[in-house]
Amino acid sequence: MPAGLSEYIPVVGEGVVAELRLLGERLAGKRVLNVNSTKVGGGVAEILQRLVPLLRELGIDARWEVVTGTEDFFVLTKKLHNALHGAPIAFTPADRQVFNEVTEANLAAIDLDADIRFIHDPQPAGLIRAREGRDGNWMWRCHIDVSAPAPGAWEFIAPMVERYDLSVFSAPQFARTLPIPQILIAPSIDPLSDKNRELPRTEVETILKRFGIHSDKPIICQISRFDRLKDPVGVIKAWQMVKTRFDCQLVLAGGSATDDPEGAAVLKEVREQAGDAPDVFILDLAPTSNVEINALQQASTVVVQKSLKEGFGLTVSEALWKRRPVIASAVGGIPLQISHKYSGILTHTIEGTAYWIKQLLGAPEFAHKLGENGHNHVRENFLLTRHMRDYLLTFLFVAHGGEDDVIRL
Amino acid sequence: MDQTASEPFEFESRLNLTLLTGVKASDLAQLLENLRTVPGAVVYFHTHHFLVQHQYLSPEPPNDFAYWVSNNLLEQRLGEELASVDVLRFHTIHELRDELIRVIENYLEFNPEVRVAPPGMEFYFKRSVSFIIKTGFVAHNLHEFRAAFDHISLSSISFHMFDARLRLERGDNDFSAWIERALGQKELAASLRRLDPYTHTEDGVRRAIAGMIDKALRR
Repeated sequence: MPAGLSEYIPVVGEGVVAELRLLGERLAGKRVLNVNSTKVGGGVAEILQRLVPLLRELGIDARWEVVTGTEDFFVLTKKLHNALHGAPIAFTPADRQVFNEVTEANLAAIDLDADIRFIHDPQPAGLIRAREGRDGNWMWRCHIDVSAPAPGAWEFIAPMVERYDLSVFSAPQFARTLPIPQILIAPSIDPLSDKNRELPRTEVETILKRFGIHSDKPIICQISRFDRLKDPVGVIKAWQMVKTRFDCQLVLAGGSATDDPEGAAVLKEVREQAGDAPDVFILDLAPTSNVEINALQQASTVVVQKSLKEGFGLTVSEALWKRRPVIASAVGGIPLQISHKYSGILTHTIEGTAYWIKQLLGAPEFAHKLGENGHNHVRENFLLTRHMRDYLLTFLFVAHGGEDDVIRL
Repeated sequence: MDQTASEPFEFESRLNLTLLTGVKASDLAQLLENLRTVPGAVVYFHTHHFLVQHQYLSPEPPNDFAYWVSNNLLEQRLGEELASVDVLRFHTIHELRDELIRVIENYLEFNPEVRVAPPGMEFYFKRSVSFIIKTGFVAHNLHEFRAAFDHISLSSISFHMFDARLRLERGDNDFSAWIERALGQKELAASLRRLDPYTHTEDGVRRAIAGMIDKALRR
């Protein structure tokens, strides 16, 4: 069962939870409808599973619906997702027709009666057509990196997005030129979830043992699906440079790649690069391996996130929350999570990553300080309670007309 | 005996929501140009959010301009000058903005060759929308005031210390104003006023104020 609000008090303090309750009072009874495209899998569903019950605990009449669609529709929206991330894909009038037909079917199927509709990502964006003749507000939440979309991709959704009252983006560089307000709301991690709660040392040891990892030898770790954009091969190369000076292990752990032809190819490249080095652990984990990921992060001496491109890169916050020193690429939302040399290390190359791994292995006090600072930074900025507060404030902002700089509640 | 205040102190809190303006700068010239025209809520955001988001880093630069110029443009000298702008000297955001502009202009006059931030490390101008909310904590005397300090959030302290003076242009921080006006304790009010909250973490401000009140209560 998801945690109740009071369970967050020992983590974030009494004042933060009290403020959430005060904001909740101002929104009590408001009907807030969330719509996305799936109930399970992916970061959006994960966050809604936690947020909707907490909003209800505050007295807000929160609901969550999903759009349904044909196979054609989801092929198209996957294409749209990739194109918004910059993949060169063109859209045809037939694509538009598929999108419109499924939108019409969902308009007929979903009860859109609400005070605030919070529509997540491009798939359900067309529901804005129901705006005419209905009271209440419409907000569009973009969870993806739209900083450099392919030509035609943003144009596909812009006419819909512009009809909303406001939009929400995860990082400053994702902002677009829009005639509506754009709110910055970073995603978050849940400190009480299996992936982030503090595990007893014995449980961590048991999990390490199961994978054959030694707890008495430094562990360098990257948690990411096997995707070229996460540069797992680059991580191995960096580790190989470090290994000549420091005796340490490397753990690359990620989601299952069996149903993804590209993922399988990347996994093969990773295994080839690693060769038969006994200190490299390539772990192809099931999507439900939250406790295992938690244990690996908790046991790591240094956590690496050497992505070439990143949406937000919440694995960085996950590791920082566990007080680990993190070395990560300065891409996507990572610079929001790490201030270089204060709460972690930002690098740009394989050599730089190797250099900093050596530095941190050689200066454990400095590494410890980075981890402590990182933990504090995550507590203030990337926990679920902050995410929830931002959503409540956004609801209040739109309810107050969406213009004033100072609003007295 | 603890004196009853002539009027109660109601603790309020400020919660900020961040809006993206879509305006960015890659170098000092662009930073300056935009700094002249962005709304006051943008200047407020970049000179105050650092205190909340990086409170454990203090006494690192308390404003984003200083941080960006030092760390992304690697203009250490200007970064230092911007960090040392004494926010307490100014009574309005308008005055603070003018000073930031003056410092950058002055630097550019002698250092016209500007560096460009690496891709992805541009300065993104953001705006702050503040929500002011009553916390439910009310003090009728100094004891109750002190007791509330153990419970109120850092946002509440930050609201009464930073926002009240500069953003709402009340001319003084709320704590000093009340202690002097409603309790007549001029000395305590003055010592609180002398505290430079911009050189402490917010939690440090909480401890410093609590310490001053404890001292006054022991007298």
